[in-house]
Amino acid sequence: MIKRLALALALLAPLQAAAVEPSEILADPALEERAREISKGLRCLVCRNENIDDSNASLAKDLRLLVRERLTEGDSDEEVMDYVVDRYGEYVLLQPTLTGSNIVLYIAGPAMLLLGLGIAFVYIRGRRRQETAQQGLSPEEEARLKEIMGE
Amino acid sequence: MFIELGHFALTLAFAVALVQMVIPLIGAHKGWSGWMAVAQPAATAQFLLTAFSFAALTYAFVTSDFSLRVVVANSHTLKPMLYKISGVWGNHEGSMLLWVLIVTLFGAMAAWFGGGLPPSLRARVLAVQSAIAVAFFAFILFTSNPFERLAFPPFNGQDLNPLLQDPGLAFHPPFLYLGYVGLSICFSFAVAALIEGRVDAAWGRWVRPWTLAAWICLTVGIALGSWWAYYELGWGGFWFWDPVENASFMPWLVAAALLHSAIVVEKREALKSWTILLAIVAFGFSLIGAFITRSGVITSVHAFASDPERGVFLLLILAVFMGGALTLFAARASAMEAKGVFGLVSRETALVFNNILLAVSALVVFVGTIWPLVAEMAFDRKLSVGAPFFNMAFTPFMMMLGAILPIGAILPWKRARLGQALRRLAPALGLAVALGALAYAMQTGKTAMGPIGVMLGTWLIAGAAVDLSVRAGRGGTGAKLRRMARLPRSDWGKAVAHSGLGITMLGIATLLAWQQEDIRVAQVGERFEVGEYGIVLEKVERIEGPNYISTTGTMSVWRGDNRVSTLFPEKRVYPVAGMPTTEAALDSGVFRDIYLVIGDAQADGGWAVRTYIKPFANWIWSGAIIMALGGLLSLSDRRVRVAAGARKQTPPSGAVPAE
Repeated sequence: MIKRLALALALLAPLQAAAVEPSEILADPALEERAREISKGLRCLVCRNENIDDSNASLAKDLRLLVRERLTEGDSDEEVMDYVVDRYGEYVLLQPTLTGSNIVLYIAGPAMLLLGLGIAFVYIRGRRRQETAQQGLSPEEEARLKEIMGE
Repeated sequence: MFIELGHFALTLAFAVALVQMVIPLIGAHKGWSGWMAVAQPAATAQFLLTAFSFAALTYAFVTSDFSLRVVVANSHTLKPMLYKISGVWGNHEGSMLLWVLIVTLFGAMAAWFGGGLPPSLRARVLAVQSAIAVAFFAFILFTSNPFERLAFPPFNGQDLNPLLQDPGLAFHPPFLYLGYVGLSICFSFAVAALIEGRVDAAWGRWVRPWTLAAWICLTVGIALGSWWAYYELGWGGFWFWDPVENASFMPWLVAAALLHSAIVVEKREALKSWTILLAIVAFGFSLIGAFITRSGVITSVHAFASDPERGVFLLLILAVFMGGALTLFAARASAMEAKGVFGLVSRETALVFNNILLAVSALVVFVGTIWPLVAEMAFDRKLSVGAPFFNMAFTPFMMMLGAILPIGAILPWKRARLGQALRRLAPALGLAVALGALAYAMQTGKTAMGPIGVMLGTWLIAGAAVDLSVRAGRGGTGAKLRRMARLPRSDWGKAVAHSGLGITMLGIATLLAWQQEDIRVAQVGERFEVGEYGIVLEKVERIEGPNYISTTGTMSVWRGDNRVSTLFPEKRVYPVAGMPTTEAALDSGVFRDIYLVIGDAQADGGWAVRTYIKPFANWIWSGAIIMALGGLLSLSDRRVRVAAGARKQTPPSGAVPAE
């Protein structure tokens, strides 16, 4: 199942380089820290589902350098992100923006939770209401269960 | 010749599967016992034929028979024997053969151990299971035949992908498939019950062991895969929220939900239709997983052979089985009237919450996984959904689950008092808060994730201990311990599995929050400090392995002036496959791993070296293995209990608190 990754790596083999290389690291630790955080949210475009921070691809390296260049020029984190998205499209973002149809993506979980809780509440209330009406298995069912269980 | 026999056996198995799919079903419908009885020998025959076919393919790999296309594409004479064998399932065709082998294995096991089932249910279960086998036999024979010969066999193969040449990964797929496919038998039980039109406590009891077995295998398979990624991919990531990983994680979540809801069916005869639905959906996710992995529709870090024709075929299988089962469900579910009644605060309610949270988290993973596809097709937006999204959207549900788990686990059935449960858990809660606060005090200016993880983990582990102690009843410590030792294994299994979850949660949260990283150019002989450790690159050598060339660093790790260990990180190049791999070197410990990676030689001397200190890393996989062990404990109990249940009606349950 790891085949595709291997394939991607194989294709990139001639350009092989370590993920973040020592030479890329900025002298200012605070700035470098920000660069790392931003990198974690950016996708390596030629890889499959890898962020540029972890990727070995040369394109990822270019992006890492670009991010650092913008940061040293004094851009804020948002400005860097916007700059990259402007050039590469929203495909580059690992966390999709909360805009337009993406709202569905973000709402799905909480909405399902609420729906589930609602259904569960109605169901459990129903169970509780029956409480006085009926208790446990009927005698025939008891007998049937015993029979099934091989007695 | 042997190969052709294997091919023939596979075709024959397909024919047997066709018979087994139709005859017992008619027999069960008409009440003809002779027709129903066809199922058992057919299931055995099907399994033996498929096993023979699998053996033939394995033989081809072991003897490096390069007249087979798959062997050429995935093997090499120089490859170590272990990987020649694991190469059988390290490719699309072979892995599908393994898949169908497991389908038939589960069918045969249901035939062998299903003696206690009513004949009609057994016949239907085996027929449905065989229908699944038919679909996959057809898939293999028509789109991905592993026995395809080459007209001009080459002298040697193209080698198995070096990344896959690893013991951790050699056994990752079989476990995963046992899990995926194990869920097929739950599906067969669910569909058979729908055809039969009845679901009762006995049904819940039959389905649980199969679900448990599938879930255990999935747990082990996922843990192996994650562990492999951790030490092999070279930066110590253990989970990437990759579509293929998600494909295995969704069935795991749903199987976990099914496991718990089947308990409610068994003990309380409630949640029946929901459980049936879960059993159907769980296998549905397995099929979706197969589709995602093999169709290449959703781009992924490691999708298998992407081939549109195969994708369409798999989609068809998915559509037929899910469409059919869900239609049947819609028609018959209303007949499954619940019997058990319970109060608003009760174990049942807690298990309903468990199911909601697990189902919703599976759904979040599902929506996130297919969203890029949906967005592109429906809204013409090309976008990515990656780890940051999943971490944000998935984690809250797991935290909620962790928060309510110990409470739910000690609530009695039917009717409970929340106050009493909380009083009993007070020590566990106190300990959790104390350790969380300690963690918070020790870290400065880092995310709250670490302390929260410590708190949740402790809460789960201590909660499991409280659960066992409550089950053991009142009395002096000695008497209590003796009674605890005599508790049914399923009680122990539950506590062990739940604490395993706590250990995993703690490991994940603390690793993500407190990991330290250092990237630098290291000169040979120079010491540098990372956290509380000093590291020296002592030398770098070139070493030749059996089928690779390695650049091996010798690095010593120091703490003050004491040598902690000496590690040998490698960079390998596999000339046949033409690709490099990094072999990180780890010094594993209970509380931290030291993870060293050697990179390229630098132009101006020295080597690029990456060092990670990863706190509590091993807890992640240990927790998963402990969860699986808990499952095994429960599984080992069940047989005993089913047999015991035949003798006496109510098992003596120590001093379970009344109420």
